[in-house]
Amino acid sequence: MTIEFEAPKPIVQMQTMLQTVAENMMRSTSREMDENEHAIPWDYVEFMHSAMRSMGGGGGLTINEEKPKEGTEKRPPIGYQKLASQIEMLSWGDVGYYLITPGGGLGAAAVAAAGSPEQKAKFLARFNDDKPTYAAMCMTEPGAGSDTSAIRARAVLDEKTNEWVINGEKIFVTAGDKSFNIYEKLGKGFIVVWASIDPSAGRAGMRAFVVEAGTPGVKVTKLEHKLGIRASDTAAISLVDARVPFENILGKPTVEKNTTGFKGAMATFDATRPLVAASGIGVARAALEFLKEKLKENGVEIRYGLPRNKLTSVEKDVIDMDIQLRSAWLLTLKAVWMADNKKSNALESSMSKVRAGDVTTKITQKAVEILGPIGYSREFLLEKWFRDAKITDIYEGTGQINRLVVARHILGYSGSELR
Amino acid sequence: MYSFEPNEEQQMLIDAVEKYAAIDLRPAAHDAEENRELPKKLINKGWELGLLQASTPEAYDGFGERSAVTGVLAAEEMAFGDLAGTLAVMTPSLFATPILLAGSEEQKREYLPKIIEGAWAPYTAALIEYSFNFDPNELKTTAKAQGGYVLNGEKVFVPFAKDAEAMIVYANLDGVTQGFIVKKGSAGLSISEEREKLMGLNALPMYRVKLENVPAQRLGGASGHNFELILASMRIASAATALGVAKSSFEYAKNYAKEREAFGVKIAQKQAVAFMLAEMVTELEAMRLLTWEAAWQLDNGKEEAVISAYLAFTGAADMAMMVTDRGVQIYGGHGYIRENPVELLMRNGRGFPMLLGLAIV
Repeated sequence: MTIEFEAPKPIVQMQTMLQTVAENMMRSTSREMDENEHAIPWDYVEFMHSAMRSMGGGGGLTINEEKPKEGTEKRPPIGYQKLASQIEMLSWGDVGYYLITPGGGLGAAAVAAAGSPEQKAKFLARFNDDKPTYAAMCMTEPGAGSDTSAIRARAVLDEKTNEWVINGEKIFVTAGDKSFNIYEKLGKGFIVVWASIDPSAGRAGMRAFVVEAGTPGVKVTKLEHKLGIRASDTAAISLVDARVPFENILGKPTVEKNTTGFKGAMATFDATRPLVAASGIGVARAALEFLKEKLKENGVEIRYGLPRNKLTSVEKDVIDMDIQLRSAWLLTLKAVWMADNKKSNALESSMSKVRAGDVTTKITQKAVEILGPIGYSREFLLEKWFRDAKITDIYEGTGQINRLVVARHILGYSGSELR
Repeated sequence: MYSFEPNEEQQMLIDAVEKYAAIDLRPAAHDAEENRELPKKLINKGWELGLLQASTPEAYDGFGERSAVTGVLAAEEMAFGDLAGTLAVMTPSLFATPILLAGSEEQKREYLPKIIEGAWAPYTAALIEYSFNFDPNELKTTAKAQGGYVLNGEKVFVPFAKDAEAMIVYANLDGVTQGFIVKKGSAGLSISEEREKLMGLNALPMYRVKLENVPAQRLGGASGHNFELILASMRIASAATALGVAKSSFEYAKNYAKEREAFGVKIAQKQAVAFMLAEMVTELEAMRLLTWEAAWQLDNGKEEAVISAYLAFTGAADMAMMVTDRGVQIYGGHGYIRENPVELLMRNGRGFPMLLGLAIV
């Protein structure tokens, strides 16, 4: 091992390519998508789907290792690093768009993490089909957010038909509409619903179920109107006596007195937290670049290298933003580098998420403030990026939940020792 | 490639420095500060780790190549033990490293072997000036070409100046900062009798240096050198030592929070305290990576290294203040008492923005 900061060539090439997509397909329609919440930009969806398929990345934005050319030395894996870099660049273009990039998303990630080989074969192949296809994760409920042990959705086995009967209310389902509802231009997707098979067992009774698009008894009841990421559909989904085949349960159908049922979901989050961080960092970079560009247009150059007491207040702010952004990105890179190298990264994942949640909020907020009316005006995208950025500190574990995770790790405390 | 793990050689070095920091420096820090004196044995032991020797090529009697990344790793680890002790051990580098980086062949041959081969000896450098808006790129100390060069001005916070065999004095030559070698006992060179009295770092003997038409030799010879790279190395070193000081305060605070009880639980079990610690460790790691990257860029001749070093220096200095302040806060009233190490760490943690040029990697 060594300490090195040279971006690998495949990552640089991919970034250059995606930057063109971001500039041409996203930025030009960012405002339109923001103002027409829930519209679907089919151009982007179809382009990304075919682009990812042609690159062999069917299944959307996933870990995609290039096979080494024959005779060449085997290189260390960079799949996660590449994925994080992709997400950063797409989010630099428009994070709402990034979130509706076709593919399996968290739904497929849950199948990949907790499913059997048969389940993986059955549920994951579809993302490489002709039509773009989505999957989503249904975890949150009106009364259960970060505290997933409060989930009330229930799954009961009907032994006569050998089906699970699921009842519950799920909210905040990212891509819930495109995953569950049937669209002519889309392939048939699915949602992964978390529900308890034994309420008395607490978390140990929690299981995930693959619920196919269009299943009777399941309904998208609402698409949320949001502060930002308005191109992304955030659905409320209700399940009333929804029947699901027995084999669609991820993990064991019986409850033992341990919490393995739930660990699968949590492991998914260790892998995805730095990716959320990467996404937020992309938005923050867009805002910081815009700020510098506007300052430059107005004759303000940042004089790097001067001692602090010679800098203007604006210069100090911009320099702090540079420090925050770069260091947050390096934390994120380290977390995904650890994932690539099969090192346990739960601490680093949460650190990257804590830091990215903070800095993306601060950077976009400060950029709006410094540019005054230009920052607040809808004539430019900066005010949108400020609204978009805020979600980074909220989804897949709020900044506070991730502080708890970090604290438990460094203190060696269990969940009961540090609540 | 991106990679975030020291290589084997670096790891061996870190382990050796860590041992010295934990066993020798850390226990001595409090008394050294109170007595305003570092035991000579302590400095010699640190010198025997051979950090400077390992970053000087064989041609000048060393046994390695300079690497800013390795320097950063070692500096953090040593500063974890004690900042004053670290700066004392590394003082000869203030003289030798700029010569290695920017000196003429003749200057390298004259000075490096004798510093490298000998026991620790006071070779030093003078950068800081006593002014509220001190700027290393706009020095008030001047150099003029008069056959050779002559220096005029006043420097402060110069470690071991009193006994120094030679020092590098940074001065303004026609608007550009350049280093100049000044030998012991040069005409016009006067060094204060009194040592500097500062908020922290009292174990490190520092002096004021006055220069009145002092004859000096330009670093790099007649064509001079690029000060930017020396400045970047100083900033990175400062950032690295800031990491060490902050890590020390964080570790003390973490351990204390796990011992101290209030309302029937350890205070670390309270989110108010646990979250402070989580933020401290996150910020520390963030600035560590920023510093590593700047050092790596410097080692690899990247243009961005100069700005990256500035950002790392600025960010790490802020971080050190935040973390050492919280170290005291977590100890509560006990943190305010000089018996407890976090008190000294807070005083030392405050100095980084203004104490540039006291370390170089």
